[in-house]
This record gives sequence, structure tokens and C-alpha cells, in this order.
Amino acid sequence: MNMNVIETTGLGKRFGNTWALRECTLAIPAGHVAALVGPNGAGKTTLLNLAVGLAEPSAGTATVLGGHPAGSPAALDGIAFVAQDTPLYKNLSVADMLHLTRNLNRHFDQGLAQARLAELGIPLKRKAGKLSGGQQAQLALSMALARRPRLLVLDEPVAMLDPVARHDFMATVLTAAVDDGVSVLLSSHVLAELERVADYLILLSRGRVQVVGEVDDLLATHLMLTGPAAEADRYTERPVVHVRRAEAQAHLLVRATADDPVPPGWEAHPVGLEELALGYLREPGAASMPGPARGRALPLETGRPSEVTR
Amino acid sequence: MTALTVPARPEENAALRPVPWRRMAWVTWRQHRAALGAVVVVLGGLAAYLWRTGLGIHQAWVADVVCHPASSAACQQAGGFLTRYVPSEVTAGILLQLAPALIGAFVGGPVLARELETGTFRYAWTQGFGRQRWTLGKLVPLAGAVTALAGAISALSSWFFQPFFDAGFGTPLAPALFDLRGVAYPAWALAAFSIGALAGLLIRRVVPAIVAALAVYFGLALLPGLWLRQHYLAPVLTTSNTLPNYAWTISQWYTKGGKFAFTGVQKSGTNAGIEQYWCPHASPSETLGQCLSQHGYTQWTAYQPATRFWPFQWIEAGWLVALSALLIAATVWLVRRRAA
Repeated sequence: MNMNVIETTGLGKRFGNTWALRECTLAIPAGHVAALVGPNGAGKTTLLNLAVGLAEPSAGTATVLGGHPAGSPAALDGIAFVAQDTPLYKNLSVADMLHLTRNLNRHFDQGLAQARLAELGIPLKRKAGKLSGGQQAQLALSMALARRPRLLVLDEPVAMLDPVARHDFMATVLTAAVDDGVSVLLSSHVLAELERVADYLILLSRGRVQVVGEVDDLLATHLMLTGPAAEADRYTERPVVHVRRAEAQAHLLVRATADDPVPPGWEAHPVGLEELALGYLREPGAASMPGPARGRALPLETGRPSEVTR
Repeated sequence: MTALTVPARPEENAALRPVPWRRMAWVTWRQHRAALGAVVVVLGGLAAYLWRTGLGIHQAWVADVVCHPASSAACQQAGGFLTRYVPSEVTAGILLQLAPALIGAFVGGPVLARELETGTFRYAWTQGFGRQRWTLGKLVPLAGAVTALAGAISALSSWFFQPFFDAGFGTPLAPALFDLRGVAYPAWALAAFSIGALAGLLIRRVVPAIVAALAVYFGLALLPGLWLRQHYLAPVLTTSNTLPNYAWTISQWYTKGGKFAFTGVQKSGTNAGIEQYWCPHASPSETLGQCLSQHGYTQWTAYQPATRFWPFQWIEAGWLVALSALLIAATVWLVRRRAA
């Protein structure tokens, strides 16, 4: 049976007069490593806080793990959350942190946690506050995984880490996803990092969902067209997401498949996740929402995007 | 990877049993044992002071009582018990007055404020235990520990002050000492803790929360002595010129021919005219009331008898416990609402 690990309908969160997130409707099916991408202040952390039940919605609803209200006992039981900057009790030892987490949850695989920490060379007796940033992140991740969650939610997990620690961290996440079938939702603005691990993309901008869908589907329905800059405005066959001009050439990110005809004088290239995300991030007005996996189709927003010249 | 779907198991979720409370008890102990240890050290110091000084006071009082004949020169020299020991009484009173405020604020204030200040609430509130149960699991045992420790101090303080009341120090209902004894004292410590916990949640910073808790606590602590306590039970009215021993006089006034004449002579000098007119020579052997009654005035006194000490103690402890329960309930409720 397939289920959505997160499903939101018209979800919104307001702080004072400002909407941090608004009219967010999406459904993330189980079994994905979903990347939540967007510029600072786009509402990523707000969406994650709503999903794990830390925040209460100002509008709409959020359910998790196949229909449980976010923050309900069943939701807390099945979701492990690693918050931004991986907060730990700095004066507690690693062993005490494990003990704490074991006592606060129904399931806790002490053996798994200890084996992982031993592998990483993190001593159990050391105070959590004395660990390096990478070790603190690994400790938080180990504790989250030892809970045997069905959904792992990570808020900017690698933002503070050096490249090696970042790589190790993501490798652990990917292993958990592949070997244990844990669904993962992680926010990040390190696009290059996501390209390796994410197979589902949610792109937020200014508090709204801009792009959502499986990465394979998104890549298959977008092309990069390269051609003479002078003719860039005349391309109208398929919706254009973003136009980038470089000297005499223009690069058009268009919503098209490999079967669509390419105008004479133009070349079509497949796009990568980073390219696609960057294209949308530069055009906060454009949107692509093929609809949640359950087939609820959302209208495509079309319209000529503004041009960005370089 | 899309093939890797985790099956939903709603039937398992339906039978979801919550994580047992005893496991939370360990968490609370582990995270707050240092604070509780500090409280034990501080209160231990206070107890040592009360015990050491109290022993001397008790011995002096016993020596005073058995001294015979009381009018002998030796007894007169050893006497003056109250004048000798009132400074110790004042010091102990100040220390005892500060202790519940400091303990409540320093234990209660950080419980939630530290989590919110350092961001660890994002960890604690997303564990399977549940954030409201977590809050209850922290506040209730800590409140109990603070109350119990203050209760032990209260027993010691009751013993410490007893000779002063035996020596005729004054009414046990007097504001300065009433709330340092009996069941009121631990109830004040409980209230201070509850104020601290709520302040921590609302202010979200440890130091400002402690400062705010102290300010609110002292504001609240002034209230009963100044105004509230005398209304716990309706005062007894009497026209007699002699009050029972150690009664707490609330107010006094005079009537003549069934009509109100003037108010309390003993507290203010505003009626000096009338007193001077009728009783210019009121001697120590003849109270002003007796003198005035010879001129047709009736003296009315509203007072609280000393026998109401324990009813007043239970009333004060009662409303403080109710207030604390309300504050803790509000804290738990607000934790649910508190945005991340």
C-alpha cells in the first residue's frame, strides 16, 4: 500500500502580518528522498516545523504518514526530526543523549546507535558540546535513525558542515533510505549536494510552492534550449521558465520533452536538477506542479517570465 | 528508489501505547539533578544556620524560664531574652523570606527557558513522548521536590521561632513571620517555581525569565501581608478593652450614643485632639480605651485571634497551591500552542 508521508492542503503559517508559508498544497509519496529547496526566507523551515508538529498552522491542514495529523502521538512516533544546527544538550555526554532519546521514544535501537557512533569514532563519554560540528550532526542523525522512523525530516542538515562531514552525513542518509526504506524530507540550499541524493523536489519561493514532483519526471519534462539571443523572444511553442542571455546566445529553460520539436537554429539539452532549480529560483513567478502522486492535478501557471540578462 | 515504499500500518498505530511516565522521570532527574543539588546545598546552608543559631536561642530561653527567683539580679542580668535574640530573628527572617523566591526562580525559570533559548525544544518536543506530557513530566516532579525541600525548612523554621512567641514576641499572624512557618512556606516556594516556569515559557530567555519571576513573586508576596491576609476570615468584633493574648488587631474605632465617633487611636495621631481633650493624662495603668469609656465612648476592636493561625495557614497554602496548579496547567497548555 502506498501512502503519502506528508500531505498538506491550503497550508499556511502567519507570523504577525507576514505569511511565512501560504496556500501550500502538496503530497509527498513514501519512499522518496525529497528535497525542499528555496532561497532564505522562502518558508522551508516553517513547512518542516508544521510537518513535525512544532508549529501549528494558521490556515489549512497538514497530515503525515498516511493521514495522521501532524504532531499527533502516531506522527511523533513515526517521524524523526533533526532540526537546524542539530540542537543537543551540550552538558550531557553522548551516552546520556542516547539514554535520553531511548527513554523518550517507544522504539530505540541502542545497538544500532552505538555501532554507528563507534564506526564514526565518537566516544560515548564525551560531552555533546565538546564534539565537532560534524560529530554533533552525526550524533543527532544516529539518534534519529535509531528511533527506526518511517520518515526522517532534516532541516538544513549540512549547512554548518565542512565538505567531508557533509559527504559522510549525506551518505548515511542515503544508506538509511535505500537499505531501510526510510522516507526522507530534507531542506537545503546546497543544490549540488541534493543532485546526488534527491529523487523528489519541492521548490518553495516567497512562502509558496513553486515546483513539486519526482525529479525524474521534472527532468524529463524540461529542456534547455540554446540559440541566438535575438530570437529568444520568438520562441512560443512551449512555456518558457527562464531566459538567460550570455553574449549572443540565449539559454531557455522550457517545459518540454525530448519529443517536442526544436526550432531551427536551436539546440536542445537535457537539464540537471541544479540547473532546473536555479532556473525556477530566478523566476519566482513561474510554477510547475505536475500534481501529487495521487493524481490531483493542479493548474499550470503559464505566462511569459521576466527576462534576466547576464 | 521509488519501489521502496514503507507500508502504512494503521492497525499498529491504533494500538499505540504512550511511552511510560517512569522513563520521563529519569529524563527529568538527569537534566535537573544539578539544579536540585544546588538547591539542597543552599537550603542545607540555611538549615545549618537555623539549627546552630536555634540551639543557642532555645538554650537561652530554657535558662530564662527556669531562672528562679525571676526578680533576682542574676535572672535580671540573664534576661532580656528578646532584646538579645531579635537580631538573629531578623536575619533568619530575611534569609527565609528570600529562599523560596530564589529557589523557585532559579529552578523554575530555566526549565523551559533554557530549552527555548538553546533550541533544544526542537529535539525534546519532537520525540515520541509528546511535548505536553514532557512538560508535565518535568514540572510536576520538580514542583514536588521544591515544595518538599521548602517543607523541611519550614519545619525547622517553626522550631526556630517558637521561643520568640513563647517569650511574648507578638502575634503569630503578624506579616513578618506568618509565611515563614507552617504549610504556607512550602506553598510560597511552589508558587515561586510555577511563576518561574511560566515566565520561562513566555520570555524564552533564562536570565530575563528569572528576573521577571523574582519581580512577580515579590509583588505577589507583598499582597497578603499588606491587604489580603486580614480578610481570610471575618474579624472578631469586640467592645472589650482587653483582647485575647497575641490577637492581631486589624482596626479600632469609637462610638458614642450608637453613632460613629472617630477611628483607631493607636495607629495615627490624627485624633490627638479628642484624646487630648478627654484623656490628657491616660496613664500606662489605664489604657486609652478605658479612659475614653469613662467619657461615654465605646471602643470597638476588630481583630484576628491567634487561634486562627492554622486555619489561616491552610487558607494561604490553599490558594497558593490552587494558583500554582493553575499556572502549571497554563504552562502545559501554552506549550501546545507555542509556535516553534
